[in-house]
Amino acid sequence: MASYPSDLKYTKDHEWARLEADGTVRVGVTAYAVEQLGDVTLVDLPKVGTKLEEHGRFGDIESVKTVSELFSPIAGEVVAVNDALDGKPELVNEGPYDKGWMIAIKPAGGLDGLMDAAAYEAFLGTLDH
Amino acid sequence: MTDLRRTPLFDEHKALGARIVPFAGWSMPVQYAGLVKEHHAVRTAAGLFDVSHMGELLLEGPESEAVIDELVTADLTKLPDGKAVYCVACNEQGTILDDLIVYRRGREKFLVVCNASNRDKIAAHFAKHAQGRQTSFEDASDRFSLIALQGPKAIDVARAAGADDAITSLASFSLTDGKIAGVPVIAARTGYTAEDGFELFCANEHAATLWRALIEAGKPLGLEPAGLGARDTLRLEGRLSLYGNEIDETTNPLEAGLAWVVKLDKPRDFLGKAALQKIKAAGNDRRMVGFEMLGRGIARHGHAIVEWTGSETPGKTIGLVTSGSPAPTLDKNIGLGYVPAALAEIGSRIGIEVRPGRSIEAVVVKTPFYKRPR
Repeated sequence: MASYPSDLKYTKDHEWARLEADGTVRVGVTAYAVEQLGDVTLVDLPKVGTKLEEHGRFGDIESVKTVSELFSPIAGEVVAVNDALDGKPELVNEGPYDKGWMIAIKPAGGLDGLMDAAAYEAFLGTLDH
Repeated sequence: MTDLRRTPLFDEHKALGARIVPFAGWSMPVQYAGLVKEHHAVRTAAGLFDVSHMGELLLEGPESEAVIDELVTADLTKLPDGKAVYCVACNEQGTILDDLIVYRRGREKFLVVCNASNRDKIAAHFAKHAQGRQTSFEDASDRFSLIALQGPKAIDVARAAGADDAITSLASFSLTDGKIAGVPVIAARTGYTAEDGFELFCANEHAATLWRALIEAGKPLGLEPAGLGARDTLRLEGRLSLYGNEIDETTNPLEAGLAWVVKLDKPRDFLGKAALQKIKAAGNDRRMVGFEMLGRGIARHGHAIVEWTGSETPGKTIGLVTSGSPAPTLDKNIGLGYVPAALAEIGSRIGIEVRPGRSIEAVVVKTPFYKRPR
């Protein structure tokens, strides 16, 4: 079963956000997203310095069979990108919440608008499987 | 939305944890353990596919050879008893109604397999043509289940499941009546994965017994149940056309790279022959090619093929991607598509518009992308 750590916040587009000690916010996709995608083969990410709107598109994630857009959970500026995904996109399958993180954002606001783990799991329950 | 049909193996798929998707009016398993794992299992050991959604037409009688031969591009007068041939059925304009495998079960006894999406169309086409002729016609699709056992260890799995000698000694593109695990089958050494393997036709009521016996016997040999997802990446690596992608009623077999199945010099006239002769004489403006992505990006069905400008800015649209995917065996991103004949030679550079306004460089390569080692 997929897991949804309680220290993360979630979006309806299946991204997660985690406030780090240094004030930046790390972003990736959830275990649910990974389950739906299957084997990830390509992650297309923005450059450091890119300014993102809340729910702004920041890239694409492709698996063998499908491609999805990635949306930023919050507004802010990209301050780091997980370059390891360039050569090893499968890291997203292996560890969506750690090795498979995608970008770090210097946030323009807070994370208040996002769902906590319980709310996200309740939301998943409403989706047609 | 109309109700989706289920094959007699639906409950088996559920029990194996398959993800089920709608396909051509059917609820079909797209993957079980994972597409890539299933793909590799078929290349290195064996995979088991439920393809019961496909159509089976039976023709029998003195004129059955003539009736089929008048509708398809193959020369059935050269098809011996117990052999199969891949071909297409064209319309008057020489474009493709469906691609088919014609199995000759005897001198006057044929089984024709068509695509699920074309079953009604093809069954009506054949039935109409058979009318008033000395041949019986039956659309037996609802009676037959079809299980494809594919991969280098398919023969070992068949043996372990108790296939009789008639089956295990079959040559490529041959067929026989026989038994596996006590189940009467029509077994054919054909497939759609570019591997060795069998396609096993059986009565619906025996399908689950046969499926379970093959899963059990195959498990220790590395067999995996495999879904439509793996079927698509396997056939793409083998450059096998998919109806609705590479071929349809707007494409002719000559431009689709299927000239090898079109026997324009066969003794009998066939539907579409005159049109195909004209097309052959005039030459096609476009050709189906295989390509490999050079940049980071995955081509998909429906993407535009554009002139490669040397940058991501797309040039003029020159064609269309018909299939595209990562190729698990090759670890490359590959695709098929139509390009102007002048750009069809190996080494041609083209662009694939993977996102609106963004193209990735690709190169035309020799196909099939994958050929099984001999």
